[in-house]
Amino acid sequence: MKSERALVAHLMRRAGFGATPSELDKLTMEKTYEEIVEDLVTPERFPALDQSFIDRYYGGEQVAVHVGKWLYRMANTQRPLEEKMSLFLHHVFPVAWGKGEHNPSIYNEIDMFRRIGLTDIRTILLELSHDPAMIFWLDNNENHKDEINENYGRELLELFSLGVGNYTEDDIKAASRAFTGWTFRQPLSLYPSGNYPTEFEFLADDHDYGEKIFLGETGTFDGGDIIDIIARQPATARFISRHLYNFFVEDEAQVPSWNTEPPRNAAAIEKMASVFTETGGQMRPVLREMFNSDFFKQAADFKKVKSPTELVVGVVRQTGEFNSPTPGIYQFALTTLDDSEVESTMAVMGQKLLNPPTVEGWHTGREWIDSGTLSERIRFVESQFEDVSKPGVREMVERVGSLHDDPAHLVSRCLDLLGGVRVSRHTYDSLVEYARGLASMKSGESAGVHNLLQMTASTVDYQFE
Amino acid sequence: MATKSADKTLVVVQLTGGNDFMNTIVPYTNGHYYDARNKVVMKQDEVLPISDTLAMNPNAAPFKRLYDEGKMAIIQGIGYPNSNRSHFRGMDIWHTAEPDRVGNEGWLGQAIRELDPNAENVLTGVNIGMGLPRAMAVNGVPVTSVGDLENYGVMTRLEQERLREKALEAFKGIYGQAIGTGPVADYIGQTGLDVLKGADMLADVAERYESDVEYADNQIAKNMRDIARVHFADLGTRIFYTSHGGYDTHANEMPTHPKLMNDVSGAISDFMDDLEEHGKADDVAVFVFTEFGRRMRDNGSGTDHGSGGGAYIFGKNVRGGLYSEYPSLDPSDWEHGEDLQHTIDFRGIYGSLLEQWLDVDAKPIVKGEYEQISPFAN
Repeated sequence: MKSERALVAHLMRRAGFGATPSELDKLTMEKTYEEIVEDLVTPERFPALDQSFIDRYYGGEQVAVHVGKWLYRMANTQRPLEEKMSLFLHHVFPVAWGKGEHNPSIYNEIDMFRRIGLTDIRTILLELSHDPAMIFWLDNNENHKDEINENYGRELLELFSLGVGNYTEDDIKAASRAFTGWTFRQPLSLYPSGNYPTEFEFLADDHDYGEKIFLGETGTFDGGDIIDIIARQPATARFISRHLYNFFVEDEAQVPSWNTEPPRNAAAIEKMASVFTETGGQMRPVLREMFNSDFFKQAADFKKVKSPTELVVGVVRQTGEFNSPTPGIYQFALTTLDDSEVESTMAVMGQKLLNPPTVEGWHTGREWIDSGTLSERIRFVESQFEDVSKPGVREMVERVGSLHDDPAHLVSRCLDLLGGVRVSRHTYDSLVEYARGLASMKSGESAGVHNLLQMTASTVDYQFE
Repeated sequence: MATKSADKTLVVVQLTGGNDFMNTIVPYTNGHYYDARNKVVMKQDEVLPISDTLAMNPNAAPFKRLYDEGKMAIIQGIGYPNSNRSHFRGMDIWHTAEPDRVGNEGWLGQAIRELDPNAENVLTGVNIGMGLPRAMAVNGVPVTSVGDLENYGVMTRLEQERLREKALEAFKGIYGQAIGTGPVADYIGQTGLDVLKGADMLADVAERYESDVEYADNQIAKNMRDIARVHFADLGTRIFYTSHGGYDTHANEMPTHPKLMNDVSGAISDFMDDLEEHGKADDVAVFVFTEFGRRMRDNGSGTDHGSGGGAYIFGKNVRGGLYSEYPSLDPSDWEHGEDLQHTIDFRGIYGSLLEQWLDVDAKPIVKGEYEQISPFAN
């Protein structure tokens, strides 16, 4: 063993979507923890998924098809951090297709997130400001030289970079003026099919070339200059670091309260922010620092509630049902293709991918849980693990062994097979008791090892990442 | 009032997407309406007149009946200031009653906290449908969200009784023991136990229900029927919530909107009949709202997001009729040059429901005092 199994399982859950037992076997055998981190932050070392292969099996331009493709990618990528960073950016820059008519721009945006997630803050904000989905979502197409619309300028500073308290209303106006003329066009008519992508367009005659004062600096700034200034601010380093900490390490308070609520671990944020500043806002060094730090390694227990996406993709990886592009994966996220009036399981759990509720994004952490979402989480794992014909479930059931084995061993193997799940002593004892109860059932009462898998994934502990 | 307010129940129905108010309560004699609406328009000879100037959508005949019986209050021109036409912001505002900042606490969640301050009954607030609406969400206020009444709870897929018993026992042990182990684990543990409590109380509700009313086979009708079933079981629910989706009619409004009108009006009138049959009609009011109305002009196929819209209150103890004023249709009065101006603030309507029906002080919930209406019979 070159690395500790429980720690690697924790890393793979946070930096990706969890590891299967055989993946954990291989990783811990071949690599040290630090080498695995290095692999994660250097995804180019591994082949990308073949887009044309995915397209062949998942055809169509509906948003549901594209959400399905994204879930397939999350479940099957050999570059888990790349996919996790695109989910991170979707949380921080939440654009919803529900606002409007430009369906392709929303899934093009996710492809863009995948491409830029591990670059630097300047590239990320610049691409974001050129992105038609974002431009439309925050009305920058209605931000004109003679009539500024502050929506994008405001959110760029408030939610995407500096955070409340680090700029003035005048800074918002200056930033908004700098982004006038940054719009998009629809090269081919949207109707009747509505599936032609849009592209960025700069309208020079709608741009305000006048002098602006932004965060104390004066010049005839355009959007790129504004982003340069933002990227240099210590507030940006802290804000982005806190976002990363919140997403990968430990649930923070909801974002709008960050200017009044101190961080859970101020020293951790300062450390990440200093790496951010030293490297000019590079994501990889900050992530490397974070994953290798003690605060990350110690944040394994009860620190972060799984998002619906993390729960669903994690379970789908375990059941193996979608290890190849089998039809229907989109149904977890969106049921509109089926003309169904029943919402998807992820919608019921509170996360419609590509359709976040507001520009604030999803409220995360404990706010993922209420009586409705919790019962849906449990209904979901029950349904996923009850079908022992799924390859992953079959394999787990075989590897756990007979119900008549020592119940403590059964439970330990279950926890390991489900991706190195850690549970409290209480939960462990209750699971052992349940395993004993299952074994005591008479023949004809069809209890099985899969019932133990269901229960393990239904615990309080399993709701944590 | 026929009974004391402690026995009153409020049912809230959300029409998701922004219902077209002008095509619901149609200004069928107004030239501005016909000037603005070319294709997405209700024909004068098809609508169901309720006055010299207004008529009901022809597919909402059950609403017309309720209106004629004096059981439907129409709140014209309801809205909020500075509409930015976003669904999400719009719904957020309706859910938290906070148009000026992003609120955290749902208005009904706050009302539930007042009605059941010690959180003694997990069914004081019940949502029927998928996902808890933000309107009902307040930290520490248990609200039960029921997607499928017959199968509410956990471990419902285990058909064998003994296995299910064992599973529930294990679940209860695991969730109960999580309490006290940390703030979030504690909360999740408590939520799990609340699910079990709610499931116990709801277990035989579906079976106990009998009615001569035959609801239609669509989602909103099923949801209204589930509300009736839970309500008739006398489990102490004071606030019910459900949603009906599909009102975001940017395109193809003429073929799709009639079904929405038909479904929602049928579901609500069946619900009212059901209440009457069970002798419960005096104590239930139904409040129907949507996040905004739609644009004055149509876009050839549908209508885009607008501002001022309409809301409705139904009930035997409701004083039927028209409230507030229909927004001016004169183009010189249009908000942003293209929307109906709202004529009454939604927070005043929330205030009317909270104070006059549920006997809950509205001020802390809507953050101030707003013009109320008097929609209830005394």
